[in-house]
Amino acid sequence: MAHITIQDVRKSYAKTEVVHGVSLEVQSGEFVVILGPSGCGKSTLLRMIAGLESISSGEILIAGKVVNDLEPHQRGCAMVFQNYALYPHMTVADNIGYGLKVAGLPLAARNAKVAAVAASVGLTEFLDRRPGQLSGGQRQRVAMARAIVREPAVFLFDEPLSNLDAKLRVQMRHEIRRIHNQISATSVFVTHDQAEGMTLADRLVVMNKGVIEQVGTPEEIYHAPASVYVGGFIGSPAMNFMGGMVSPNQACVALENGSRIEIPQALATAHAGQLVQIGLRPEALSLVPAGMGAFDATFDFFEELGPTRLYHFQFEDLMIAALASDKPPVQVGQPMGLKIAPEAVHLFAADTGKRLEATQKAAQPVMV
Amino acid sequence: MRRAYFKNNWVAALMVAPQLIIVFTFFYFPTSQALYWAFTLEQPWGGGNTWVGFDNFAAILGDAYYWDSIWVSIVYAIGSTALSVIMALTLAIFADRQLAGYKLYRVGMIWPYAIAAPAVGLAFRFIFTPGAGLMMFINQMFPDLWNPVDNGTQAMGMVIVAGAWKQVAYNFIFFLAGLQSIPRSLIEAGAMDGARVLRRMRDIQLPLLAPTFFFVLVINITDSFTDSFGIVDTMTAGGPSRATNLMVYKIFNDGFQGLDYSGAAAQSIILMLLVIALTFVQFRYIERKVHYT
Repeated sequence: MAHITIQDVRKSYAKTEVVHGVSLEVQSGEFVVILGPSGCGKSTLLRMIAGLESISSGEILIAGKVVNDLEPHQRGCAMVFQNYALYPHMTVADNIGYGLKVAGLPLAARNAKVAAVAASVGLTEFLDRRPGQLSGGQRQRVAMARAIVREPAVFLFDEPLSNLDAKLRVQMRHEIRRIHNQISATSVFVTHDQAEGMTLADRLVVMNKGVIEQVGTPEEIYHAPASVYVGGFIGSPAMNFMGGMVSPNQACVALENGSRIEIPQALATAHAGQLVQIGLRPEALSLVPAGMGAFDATFDFFEELGPTRLYHFQFEDLMIAALASDKPPVQVGQPMGLKIAPEAVHLFAADTGKRLEATQKAAQPVMV
Repeated sequence: MRRAYFKNNWVAALMVAPQLIIVFTFFYFPTSQALYWAFTLEQPWGGGNTWVGFDNFAAILGDAYYWDSIWVSIVYAIGSTALSVIMALTLAIFADRQLAGYKLYRVGMIWPYAIAAPAVGLAFRFIFTPGAGLMMFINQMFPDLWNPVDNGTQAMGMVIVAGAWKQVAYNFIFFLAGLQSIPRSLIEAGAMDGARVLRRMRDIQLPLLAPTFFFVLVINITDSFTDSFGIVDTMTAGGPSRATNLMVYKIFNDGFQGLDYSGAAAQSIILMLLVIALTFVQFRYIERKVHYT
């Protein structure tokens, strides 16, 4: 167990900076997921923690010790790679035990440890096989076992599930969480898959273009996204966005076509007259007869999801998605009203994209 | 894989013709001639060849000089292959680690392969000549230490160095390609496991280089049996007292200097069979054991 402190860390290749001053605190024993699209710098950040990538400026501390100039194995981290990175010429047992062998552990002790770890991830009967003779899921387990056996203080995962099929991915997700709870290491997990991020994380770090957009529990991030970017990135189906202006007199946002969307009075007072983007979660919209809702939109088509249906509407030149369980009440091409509770409206500044709150606190700090 | 088909067979034939003509002129035709000569003997005063069966082969295999030549060839093959493989591997490892200036010497390393064997031999003859340059300096300090003209072992060493030098470039390309095809993440996994540079090389890179290694080995040994002619011819002419009389040089010597066409032809058939057998054995049995999938 060890906590990780990242202080204003930057990474540049030649003259291009790809990570622009990231600060983050990971508590001991915490499971943190770094989530972001490809190229956002999340893997680079992870590799800087691991020691596979040099740190251009800033400091990384593991268990209170600056590790900037330490070799990877001196940092007490173990890493699970995206493509597993198993040694193809070694058996499963040798793959798992390689780190122990390098550390100079005697053969008997090594074998005992390897056997114990292999048993814990269900690999006992495959110890004599080569990685080439294993399935994707089994290789994944070997990669996990290789990391566990070293009893690391910090567990690093670089998109370890992205090469698996959907069903196996969910299964391995549970397994990773179970192992984390069992060995109580600090885990940092990088992924572009929001479902993985939401389900695995104690705390979620959303990155975009080399900076951290928001840090918080999955719940906080879903229900109070700090920016337009986070709102649009987290949640499937994605949040709907519309431009408008906070009406100074009534508690609402006036859209360009004159429709009004009600928002809490305190929020309207705080940002009266400001140009905003409003964010509406599809599940926050309810379908009502035309003229009865906040605004009317033309019914386009719907997707059957089983427990619910995803309705698509045309509103001005925007596509609006709404989740509802009832059958389509009108014909395609007919207008329908969409209603929304004032508390469910997310408000973002049109210029900066930052979240607007009723109590005007500064943009949520990234350090937690 | 996409394939192109020719509707007109004549066009196809025309296109493969140049290559076929070359192969027939310079391989099948000489081979058939060698076979003919190997099983016949020209009459002393001309007037056609008479069939002698395996007599030519029996004569060669009963000749102690021929066995000497085989032994010398094996020494040369092992010596030059080992030396060039070790040198090429070392250089490739440095190039792979991208030490300063690697781009420059990566190109520089490839040039020696473009030099013809006799030119290599000539260049090394200047370097190793006892009467001038570096070797003269050494001989001045330790009189008569270096004289490949009458010391067979030194002559062999000299030929091996020249042969290996020429082969290094070729091996280097394959080793570098082999090293670069090892996924970076394996090296990184090794680093996470605590292995340092040399340990990673021993435990991860070299084992994964094994297929390349055996390919290079086959090519080098085969090459050393056949391509060494130019070097021997310019450097030692097989001497001193047959110490560097490699099989391929002995064929030339017996055939074109001694005018024993039948004996030389029989030797070249044996050499050909040896090379074919070697290639077959190595590809069939050794290479199979070194693939990881």
